[in-house]
Amino acid sequence: MASVAGQGPPPFFKRGPAPLARLMFLLILCLVLLIADLRYRYLEVLRQAVSVVTYPLQMAAYGPVELARKVDTYFSSVQALTRENADLARKQVEVSGRLLRQDSVEQENLRLRALLDMKAQQPVSGVVAEILYNTRDTFSRRVILNKGLQQGIDTGQAVVDDAGVIGQVTRSYPLQAEVTLLSDKDQAVPVQITRNGLRAVIFGVGNGQLELRFLAASADVQVGDEVVTSGLDGVFLPGLPVAKVVRIDRDSSYSFARILCQPAAGIEQHGTVLVLGNREALPQVPEQAPVRDVPAKSKKGRR
Amino acid sequence: MQPTHSSRRILLPVKPWFILFTLLTAMTLNAVPLGRFPGFPDWIALTLAFWCVREPLRVGMLTAFIVGIVMDVIGGAVMGQHALAYVLLAYFAGQLSRRVLWFGLLQQSLHILPLLLLSQVAMLITRLMAGAAFPGWWYFAGCFLAAMLWTPLNYLLLLPQFRPVERDDNRPI
Repeated sequence: MASVAGQGPPPFFKRGPAPLARLMFLLILCLVLLIADLRYRYLEVLRQAVSVVTYPLQMAAYGPVELARKVDTYFSSVQALTRENADLARKQVEVSGRLLRQDSVEQENLRLRALLDMKAQQPVSGVVAEILYNTRDTFSRRVILNKGLQQGIDTGQAVVDDAGVIGQVTRSYPLQAEVTLLSDKDQAVPVQITRNGLRAVIFGVGNGQLELRFLAASADVQVGDEVVTSGLDGVFLPGLPVAKVVRIDRDSSYSFARILCQPAAGIEQHGTVLVLGNREALPQVPEQAPVRDVPAKSKKGRR
Repeated sequence: MQPTHSSRRILLPVKPWFILFTLLTAMTLNAVPLGRFPGFPDWIALTLAFWCVREPLRVGMLTAFIVGIVMDVIGGAVMGQHALAYVLLAYFAGQLSRRVLWFGLLQQSLHILPLLLLSQVAMLITRLMAGAAFPGWWYFAGCFLAAMLWTPLNYLLLLPQFRPVERDDNRPI
């Protein structure tokens, strides 16, 4: 816009759209992002791109913490180390007996399975990783591992430590991976009880404990029962220890019992974990038989 | 000397790289892993509020939005959660900027406290609607701690803008 003098007016009052308009625009943009991320998971690519930029920053922030931990380890008393060493040596002897026999047992198992014409249990590889730290997000229970896509860690893989299942990889960045712990409210794992093979689904409660949900109040569960993965999800291998039942509230006014469990693995501890490789896909669910006009009696019998 | 609304001392103009540097430092501080305790102050919110109040023409809602997205990635939160909270914070801090600077530092921090609380409540509401669990009342401790840090932060962030007080008896101003 040229004036008579041939120049535009100086930009005294050029301030763009009004603040309220800008606020509304950005708020709507944020809501779109929230919905796109929560509902449709469209933004993982954007997240990975930004994470490449923020990685050095995160490492810079983690540096002093790691240093403090290392100094702490360095000055930890010799006595504690000796005790730990003795403990490990004892464990090693205990385990080695079993390990020695494992090879032969596995061979035998393979042969027996072949005789029975069953599908061989697949061997599963694993990647050893280290838990770096908890994420800052206070609304979920997640930890960051020091290995990522480049070391072959992918979303959906199961993470275990020496005592049992810890959680599942929910996001993988090029050099890091994010693991959702079992105690997260949104983490569900199909499990079964070793004593009687009862199948259930275990959920996180949020305070470090787990809960077996959707089991009838009359279900055969006792305090002290071991809970292991059932492997029905096609993600976790069957038979990994998950938790131990610690408390059962059977309130007759509810149809489900409230069963609280203590995780078997050291979920809230830092340390070395094993990220299990992907399992082979489960066999396809058979096509559902076409619905026929069946009398009510036979319908009831089928479950 | 006549007090202006922004300082009792004459300040040098702010350097844009210093604003960027402080925001990056705040991000690094926010990325420091400190365990599961939810009540740590949000350094980015505090620094953003400071610059939105001090330099409303340079730092505004767009900066807050970008910083929020980066913080979402660092914190492993839902995309847009921090962005939403920081945009709200920046808007209200920008609106307050003319008024707040007339007050002393303690009263300023009382103005900032509701803004920080608002940003935390915004995050809480977004996550509760998405189905997360309530993190406990300690979650709100962070903004009170941050408000207490307003005074030291003020001196720290204005440090590059101060200049030595020259006493010249011939020139009273």
